[in-house]
Amino acid sequence: MSALVEVVVAERGVDVAFEVADGETVALLGPNGAGKSTTLAVLGGLLRPDTGRVLLDDEVLTSFGRTGPVRWVAPHARRTALLAQDPLLFPHLTVLENVAFGPRSTGAGRRAARAAAEHWLAEVDAAELAGRRPAQLSGGQAQRVAVARALAAEPRLLLLDEPMAALDVAVAPALRTLFRRVLADRTTVIVTHHVLDALLLADRVVVLDGGRVVEQGATSEVLSRPRSAFAARFAGLNLVAGDATPDGVRRPDGLVLHGTPGAPPPREGAAGVAVFRPSAVAVHREPPGGSPRNALPVVVTELEPLGDLVRVRAGDLAADVTVASVAELGLAPGAEVTFVVKATEVDVYAR
Amino acid sequence: MTRSRHVGLPRWLFAPALLAAVFVVLPVASMTTRIDWGDFPGLVTSQAARSALLLSLKTSSASTVLCLLLGIPLATVLARSEARWLGVLRSLVLLPLVLPPVVGGIALLSAFGRQGLLGEHLDTLGIRIAFSSIAVVLAQTFVSLPFLVVSLEGALRTAGERYDVVAASLGARPTTVLRRVTLPLVLPGLASGAVLAFARSLGEFGATITFAGSLEGTTRTLPLLIYNLRVTDADAAVAMSLVLVVVAVLVIGLVRPRGSL
Repeated sequence: MSALVEVVVAERGVDVAFEVADGETVALLGPNGAGKSTTLAVLGGLLRPDTGRVLLDDEVLTSFGRTGPVRWVAPHARRTALLAQDPLLFPHLTVLENVAFGPRSTGAGRRAARAAAEHWLAEVDAAELAGRRPAQLSGGQAQRVAVARALAAEPRLLLLDEPMAALDVAVAPALRTLFRRVLADRTTVIVTHHVLDALLLADRVVVLDGGRVVEQGATSEVLSRPRSAFAARFAGLNLVAGDATPDGVRRPDGLVLHGTPGAPPPREGAAGVAVFRPSAVAVHREPPGGSPRNALPVVVTELEPLGDLVRVRAGDLAADVTVASVAELGLAPGAEVTFVVKATEVDVYAR
Repeated sequence: MTRSRHVGLPRWLFAPALLAAVFVVLPVASMTTRIDWGDFPGLVTSQAARSALLLSLKTSSASTVLCLLLGIPLATVLARSEARWLGVLRSLVLLPLVLPPVVGGIALLSAFGRQGLLGEHLDTLGIRIAFSSIAVVLAQTFVSLPFLVVSLEGALRTAGERYDVVAASLGARPTTVLRRVTLPLVLPGLASGAVLAFARSLGEFGATITFAGSLEGTTRTLPLLIYNLRVTDADAAVAMSLVLVVVAVLVIGLVRPRGSL
C-alpha cells in the first residue's frame, strides 16, 4: 500500500504534501506545533482538510476543494489503525478481547477473531497476558498489547503518534526492537521526537516546521547531511545557513564559516549550509587570533549534561566540552564566549 | 480504593453536616412512632394497598425502560454532537426538572388529552391515553427522563471520545463503537441514571394525578393512594408511606453504592 497526502488545514496553518511508498516507514519530525499530529489526523480521517486529498494506492480516502469531486471515507472504513502514546486499551475488555476487537468489528467470526488475537499477542511476546484486564498491565505491557490490537485490525496504513513517548526509558528499547520487527514491509507513518526511532524504524524522514515540509529524504541522508535547522538539531549537529562562498557559507550577518565543500560543491551565491559536530567545537573565553580556524562569537544559553561531557548551547549552536573545561572557563548561561571549529571539521553543501 | 489522609476538615463543619443528616432522617424515622404496629400488617396488605403498590412498581419499571430507550440516544447526541442548537435543546429537555409536576400534567393533557394536540388525532383512531395506566407511565417518564439524561450525559462527557476514536480506527462502525465501547464504559453512570429515574417515577404524584387521575387499579399509584388516605384514614396513610420509604431505600441502597453518581 502506498499513500499520498497533499492537504491544507487553514485553521492550523498546515500545508503539507508527501508520499509513503509501499512497505515503507516514514518518520514525521518537527518541533511542537509543526503539524505532525494534524497530518496524522487527516490521514486517519479524524480531521477534514480545507483542500487537498489523501490517497491509499489508487483509492481516494479524502478529497476536498480544487482537486476534483468531494470524497470522504469514514475513519472506520479506511483501515488506517492509529496508535498513540497512551495505549487506550478498552478497560472493560480483557487483553484477548481487546486484540480481537478489530477482527470482530470488521466481520470476523468469534473463533477467527480469537485465533487472530492469539496470533498477534504471540507476535508481540504477550501471549501470557491474554486473560488479564488492562488495569493489571504495566505501561510497557499495555503498549505491547496496543501494538497487537492495531496489527490485528490488518491496517493498510499504520499511524503511530509518538508510541514510545510515555514509556520508561527502561522499557522503550524493547518496544523499539518490537516495532523494528513488525514495521518491516508495513506501510507506516510514525511521529517521533526521538532520533533512535527515526534511525532504527524509518526508511525516510519528512521534516515539518511551521506547517510546511522543510526537508525530506532517506533517514541516513537527512540525519548525516541535514538541510534544515530542525533536522540538524534532531541529529545532534550544528548547522549554519547562508549563501555559499568558494569554500564555505556566509551568514546573513556577514560572518563566513570556512569548510570542506561536499561533492558536488554548492554554486557560489546559492543557498548553502555548513554543518559540524558539537564535539568538534572548542570553547574559548577570548577570540583566538591569526589562525585558519572559524571563530563564532556566541552567548551561552544553556548547559546540559551529556554522558561524561557537558553540552554547551548557544542559541542554535552547541559545543561538547569536559566538565573540567566548564569549571575552568566559568561557563554559565549569559557568558560571552567564542566557539571555534577547524575548517576541516565543517561540511559545506547546498541547501 | 485505599483510604488516605486528606487535608484536615474544619471541626465546626461536622455540626451543620450532622444537622443536615438529622433533618432528612428524623422526619422519616418519626413516622415509625406514629404507626399502630398491631394494625400495620392489615393496612399494608389490604386490596387497595396491594393494587397500588403493584401498579407503582409496574408503571415505574415501564417508565424506566422508556427513559432508557429515549434517554440513551438523547444523552449520546447531546454529549457527542457539536451542533449549536443542541444547547437550546438541552435546556428544554431539562425543563421537567424545574417545572412543578402539576404543570407537567397539564402540559401532557394539552398534548395527549382527548382534545389535545395529538390526543385529538389519536382519539379518532380509538386510542385514549389520558386517565389510563399508559398515562401514568407517560407522566412518570416526562418527569424522570431528565434525571437519566443528565446523569448519562455527564458520564459520557467525562469518559471522553478517545476510546471511540481508537475503536473507529480499528474498523468498528459507529453502531459497533456505541454498543461495544461507548456505552459499556459509562455503565455506572447509566445504572445510577436508571435508578434515579426509577426512584423519581416511584414518587411521581403531581403530573400523574393531573394527567391520569386517581382510579383504583388503573392509575392510583402508591403516592396517590397515600394522598387519598390522608383525609380518610391517617393511620393507613402513614403505614403506606412507610412502605414507600422501604421500597425507595431498597432501590437506592441496593443499586447505588456500586455505581458512582
